[in-house]
Amino acid sequence: MSAPRTFFDKLWDGHRILDREDGATLLWVDRHFVHEGSHHAFAKLAERGLSLAHPELTFGVADHYVPTRPGAVPSEDVARMIRTLADNTARHGVRLFGQGDPRQGIVHVIGPELGLTVPGLLVVCGDSHTATHGALGAYAFGIGATEVAHVLATQTIWQKKPRQMRLHVDGTLMPGVGAKDVALNWIARLGADGGRGHAIEYCGSAIEALSVEGRLTLCNLSIEGGARSGMVAPDEVTLAWLKGRDHVPAGAEWERAAEAFLALAGDPGSEVDREVRLSAAEIAPIVTWGTSPEEALPITATVPDPAREADEAKARRIAQSLDYMGLVAGRPIDGTPVDQIFIGSCTNSRIEDLRAAAAVLAGHRAKVPGLVSPGSSQIKAQAEAEGLDRVFTAAGLEWSGSGCSMCVGMNGDLVDPGKRCASTTNRNFRGRQGKGARTHLVSPAMAAAAAVTGTLTDVRKLLKERA
Amino acid sequence: MAGWTVHEGLAAALALQNVDTDQLIPARFMSTPRSQGYGDYLLYDLRHDDDGAPRPDFALNKAEAEAATILVAGRNFGCGSSREAAVYALVDAGFRAVLAPSFGDIFASNAVNNGLLPATLEAERIEALLAGGPCRLSVDLAAGTITGAGVSERFQLDPVWTQKLINGWDDIDLTRAHGEAIQTFAAARRQSAPFLWPAQRGAD
Repeated sequence: MSAPRTFFDKLWDGHRILDREDGATLLWVDRHFVHEGSHHAFAKLAERGLSLAHPELTFGVADHYVPTRPGAVPSEDVARMIRTLADNTARHGVRLFGQGDPRQGIVHVIGPELGLTVPGLLVVCGDSHTATHGALGAYAFGIGATEVAHVLATQTIWQKKPRQMRLHVDGTLMPGVGAKDVALNWIARLGADGGRGHAIEYCGSAIEALSVEGRLTLCNLSIEGGARSGMVAPDEVTLAWLKGRDHVPAGAEWERAAEAFLALAGDPGSEVDREVRLSAAEIAPIVTWGTSPEEALPITATVPDPAREADEAKARRIAQSLDYMGLVAGRPIDGTPVDQIFIGSCTNSRIEDLRAAAAVLAGHRAKVPGLVSPGSSQIKAQAEAEGLDRVFTAAGLEWSGSGCSMCVGMNGDLVDPGKRCASTTNRNFRGRQGKGARTHLVSPAMAAAAAVTGTLTDVRKLLKERA
Repeated sequence: MAGWTVHEGLAAALALQNVDTDQLIPARFMSTPRSQGYGDYLLYDLRHDDDGAPRPDFALNKAEAEAATILVAGRNFGCGSSREAAVYALVDAGFRAVLAPSFGDIFASNAVNNGLLPATLEAERIEALLAGGPCRLSVDLAAGTITGAGVSERFQLDPVWTQKLINGWDDIDLTRAHGEAIQTFAAARRQSAPFLWPAQRGAD
């Protein structure tokens, strides 16, 4: 009788082709997504005269550089990046969801949406938020350009098996609190390197109660806590969400697949290297105040004060973050004026995120400008059918096309120097949204609340007013 | 890629932790072809003021650090985005090794794929190295040591990666030797679990 295996053990074992003497394992790659950043990798392939091993398992997505605002004219550099992806995918016979394609969107939104990601797969992409796909029970992780070239040429990747963490969140989330807050909460507790070297399995009653979209948000942020991959074992919620999607099997094949997917769940008694337990009820809407996702606090807290920090080095770092962010120590975070908001990105741009934001904004005029970028063209169409776009535009916000947009600013959607943006994205690093930009990471409901009041705001106050 | 075993060079300190890959290379520089060299973009927005002039008080801008080939930094170096361009910027700026208490997983992997050593040392050892000014150090991959005037430390590196750096291996060459095993695996997988291949629908 073999030892009980965790969910991750089963995923790892299922992809093992061979082990090397020095400890690396060659793993089969089921899905490889490539975006505009893949130009380095395709150039390497061209240098070596290599062709793709499995074009049918490779999918191109234009997202990082595509313009999203109506009438936006891309710069020559931006246009070249988009064109290069189109050229490379055409040359190698790879399906491209490119600019103008009715299924185009952010790669980590459309992979799941189109049923290209299913449980049990090993999914890679040259983007650290590939961890997102783990929500569907896949082993999904970001890779660099050299690794992208390797996958293109061989449809495999060498990896050393990471350590394993199970992150339990038990109990019930309070109203106004969602997956974004759960993620930022664990990252604040464990640190931006808390998950380093680990694959995380999220489990517990609060995780089981999350919708698939909530799980996608949670898994997306794994890398911000240092974990290259984060996943949720497939269950009936996963199956219900997947059934009938474009690239998912149907009929008898679906029944067979569903059975295999559910069998992936970890065996009772299986062990991991680290167990972490959080209580859902203790999680409040959270906001980042500094320049790392780990510098986050509940909206009810005050801005950290370096003078109250005994550790000199830590005090200096707090002071540096406050200086960049233009915040005053000791002031309540709630009430900090913002200059703009952004709702979008692979973290929070799906239909439930847009509904949550619209619910807060309905009937209000935004006090500050903002951009709302749906995660995919299909989500855009669905949001318009539900009238959500009209809620945003009636409030005075911009409603745009889909792409990475203001998360990373590569397409020209930037936050100006010194401007403060309440953003549903995943990184508040210095200059991430634009040189000198000041980013506060929040949930979609909290971004909407910031638009309504013009300040960082406890969305629960606004929800109470409507109740 | 050429392998290497011993490197001797000037070490300069970057007394910051959580140096993310957006700091190492801001996104706006990433559409440039690599062939043009990414060295000038390294830590661009930390190194330059708003008018584009180098900040004289930034450690790496000082004359004494100009020829540095070893960087000493705080915990979680290279966290954030998977952009391999962050490594290109370091390599093109002449760096051969980064010493830190810890590294972002993806950055460390990218570094090794480009001959750049991500060496882990304990925080107290790093503190000691950060405290002094630039100094000459010798890094020995085979021995796993860093030595210099008054310095003798062991560093941690995954043995898989040590071999890769020493031999200058290209993974693609290694993998292609296993072509048959890969084909056998793929064929068996397709037979036993065809539902793991994307089903074709309508417009596709």
